[in-house]
Amino acid sequence: MNWRAIRALAARDLTVVRRSRAMLAPLILVPVIVSVVMPALVALVPRFAGQAPGGVGNGAALLGNLPPAMRQALAGYTPEQAMLVLLAVYSLAPLFLLLPFMIANVIAADSIAGERERKTLEALLYSPVTDGELFMAKTLAAWVPALFATLGSFLVYAVVLNAAAWPTMGRVFFPNAMWVVLVLWVSPAVAGVGLGAMVLVSSRVRAVQEAIQLSGLLVLPLVVVVVLQVRGSMMLGTRAVALAGVVVWAVAAAILAYGARTFRRVNLIAKL
Amino acid sequence: MLSYLANYLGYLVPAPSAPRHEMAVPPTIAATRTAVISTDRLGRRFGDTVAVDDLSLEVFEGEVFGFLGHNGAGKTTTIRLLTGLLEPSAGSARVLGLSPIGDGPVVRRSTGVLTETPALDERLTARENLTFFARLYGVPEPRTAARVAELLDEFELADRASERVGGYSKGMKQRLALARLLLHDPQLLFLDEPTAGLDPVAARRLHLLIQRLSRERGRTVFLCTHNLVEAEQLCDRVAVLAHGRLLAVGTPAELARRLVSPLEVRVSVGEGEGDAAAAALRGVGGLSPVTVDGGATLTCRAPREQVPEIVRALAAAGTRIFAVTPRTPSLEDVYFALQETPPAEAQP
Repeated sequence: MNWRAIRALAARDLTVVRRSRAMLAPLILVPVIVSVVMPALVALVPRFAGQAPGGVGNGAALLGNLPPAMRQALAGYTPEQAMLVLLAVYSLAPLFLLLPFMIANVIAADSIAGERERKTLEALLYSPVTDGELFMAKTLAAWVPALFATLGSFLVYAVVLNAAAWPTMGRVFFPNAMWVVLVLWVSPAVAGVGLGAMVLVSSRVRAVQEAIQLSGLLVLPLVVVVVLQVRGSMMLGTRAVALAGVVVWAVAAAILAYGARTFRRVNLIAKL
Repeated sequence: MLSYLANYLGYLVPAPSAPRHEMAVPPTIAATRTAVISTDRLGRRFGDTVAVDDLSLEVFEGEVFGFLGHNGAGKTTTIRLLTGLLEPSAGSARVLGLSPIGDGPVVRRSTGVLTETPALDERLTARENLTFFARLYGVPEPRTAARVAELLDEFELADRASERVGGYSKGMKQRLALARLLLHDPQLLFLDEPTAGLDPVAARRLHLLIQRLSRERGRTVFLCTHNLVEAEQLCDRVAVLAHGRLLAVGTPAELARRLVSPLEVRVSVGEGEGDAAAAALRGVGGLSPVTVDGGATLTCRAPREQVPEIVRALAAAGTRIFAVTPRTPSLEDVYFALQETPPAEAQP
């Protein structure tokens, strides 16, 4: 592997993404919404719920309908605190996974499909970089920023949530073990799926938007999990999250391995 | 190195049966030069479409080789086959003694391709574009900045090197693409329609650069073009391609001699002697047609070897002969003659 060429290629791809407002906007806005706006709003819910007619009472009814394991996890909290913990810690957890998926997906779209759209791919293919190096560079360019951005967003989420929820909780309560597993174990795999989806799609389309729309279909299972969590139908504990991570890693590995096999000059040039 | 040497020796010792389209390599070239490109019945299909068909040719070190053909003739596909971007459907190719598929990265490190569009990243500056490609092509890091500066200077882009390429004119982009082409000082350059869309001044500069690279630096240039004037000016040898098939290959003069016959011959005689001269020429077998333009100029078509006969007939008729000029056929004449000639007849 020619690591100098790989570094140059990955750095070039990130510079190009940084200089595109269309690409940069979702990469900034979505993390800000997920890691700042949402925990701040969620932290306020119990207080507003307390002012609404039957608010906390309804919340208590909801808590009563939770699975026993979850009721046990929330035992010891006041109804307001339990509602806050339920929303901020459990319901929003799968939503947070949209971040690594989206970041890896958008960067990979610009880096792979965008290369074709900007008509810069041909010059790259004429260079001595091997197919494997090209794949490695494109993978790292999307994966590494997705991991760092997710980790950064997680830290911001923790600070904002603890600060905004202080009047209700009166202590630092976040993160718990499940979130640590989620961020350090599951997020990289989800980023891998987002990236792998783009690798597969990019060899079949010519435009960035088309690639994002197509590969975005893979986010649907995540949306289902979000809905189930919010409805209280499914509550993931630390062990369940760790096991889910194994499945997501397997999916990511399969997609990326297939992508690496098909990401070849002879296939890429045929679409030019 | 060994394979390169083997290829070189292989060239010096002729193959027992030459491929169908191979021809007309002047003996002097054949005896002294190394083939940097050789293809043997190379073919490439895309589904039912044949892009390149049964292509056998050799390109020698240091020559400017013109690859002529209309749009869609298979020129770009041939470049992609020779640089390992496409796998052949049939036949084989050697470039610098190596297999473009098996040794793709090595072949591409020693070659440079100027694509029809500049293919530059418009969100990067000129300096960033060149630095990026210098790293891809393995220009040593301590040498990269100096090499980039040198080329920016040479192509008169130094003043605007820190601007994003998106704001450049078409000519500037083409100059930057040329600078990128030369970053790693390739032995073999593929130029795909390099002057398409360039103004005459920029095209002239490019022609001078190609000549300098070939004559002073000994670089081999594989020039794909449908600009026949450009090919005639620059190329030592040309190959004409149509629908993926090689129609002919040789020097422009050689092809003209072989393929454009009879020649157009213009005759100037004394004022008022045109009709008499025409009558005299009509008596010479093999000339057709004879036309009189004004009273003193005639045009006919004749094989080159009949020109002395024309002069003798005019002298015998007592006309005053001011000039007998066989017009040297241009590459354009060759090209159009080839389009009308069945491939088998175009071969030597």
